[in-house]
Amino acid sequence: MALNGIKQVLLVEDSPGDVRLTQEAFRAADESVRLHVASDGVDAVAFLRQEGVYADAPRPDVILLDLNLPRMDGREVLVLIKSDASLKTIPTVILTTSDASADIAKVYEMQANCYLRKPGELDAFEALVKSINDFWLTKAILPERAREP
Amino acid sequence: MTEAIKDVLLVEDSPGDVRLAQEVFRDADEAVRLHVAMDGVEAVAFLRQQGEYANAPRPDVILLDLNLPKMDGRQVLHHIKEDEALKTIPTVILTTSAAEADIVKSYELHANCYLTKPVQLEAFEALVKSVSDFWLTKVKLPIEGKS
Repeated sequence: MALNGIKQVLLVEDSPGDVRLTQEAFRAADESVRLHVASDGVDAVAFLRQEGVYADAPRPDVILLDLNLPRMDGREVLVLIKSDASLKTIPTVILTTSDASADIAKVYEMQANCYLRKPGELDAFEALVKSINDFWLTKAILPERAREP
Repeated sequence: MTEAIKDVLLVEDSPGDVRLAQEVFRDADEAVRLHVAMDGVEAVAFLRQQGEYANAPRPDVILLDLNLPKMDGRQVLHHIKEDEALKTIPTVILTTSAAEADIVKSYELHANCYLTKPVQLEAFEALVKSVSDFWLTKVKLPIEGKS
């Protein structure tokens, strides 16, 4: 799967607290995960397209995407990923506080690979990150990175 | 969702794999009702509620093998993801193929996830259990269209 066994994860999340929690949970769960953070939709797209300061950014194995983001909404980021021939095969997991069934159905229509709700409690949040690591970065077979440095 | 019945459609032509999956789901989660289609044509009839499947429930999750008699799993996947009423159903590929072309093609056809079937019994059981834990417990599934 991932080259050198390093698993590249792009977290698109504007809440510094949630970023910190996710970093700590991944560090505890799996040392081979390298977590990259984009704090809004514009940054996320620049990272994925290796633009500007992200010229050397790796292709993520998995993307964790919040829906409500500054500058460019997570739904727009999702559409850009899934309509880009070189990015569309990257599994994109929605991780959001929204529990609205309209949002859930909508993002599956937009080809999100899976929808997870951020739990409010710390322990549950850590358990969810661990299960993302167990399932998506351990069990799931991911496409090889199409883009080489 | 936790209390409710979860309908899973397994599209699989190997009777041994079907039996194993049934046993693992039964042990893992009593709320899972596993439906089986043995080939691609049956799977599509089930999903479209045609013929003997007129009263088939809408699955919460589909587990789809790629190599199937009558209609290939890739074609079934294409049918699901092109159909407005079915495309939101998470479809997990579960196959023996580890060919890169199959992996990429499946994600391109909007498979939600790709898993390879382990050949060892314990590993197969563990994988089915993790599908049950992750997709039927952690993941928020679309409820629209669910009767």
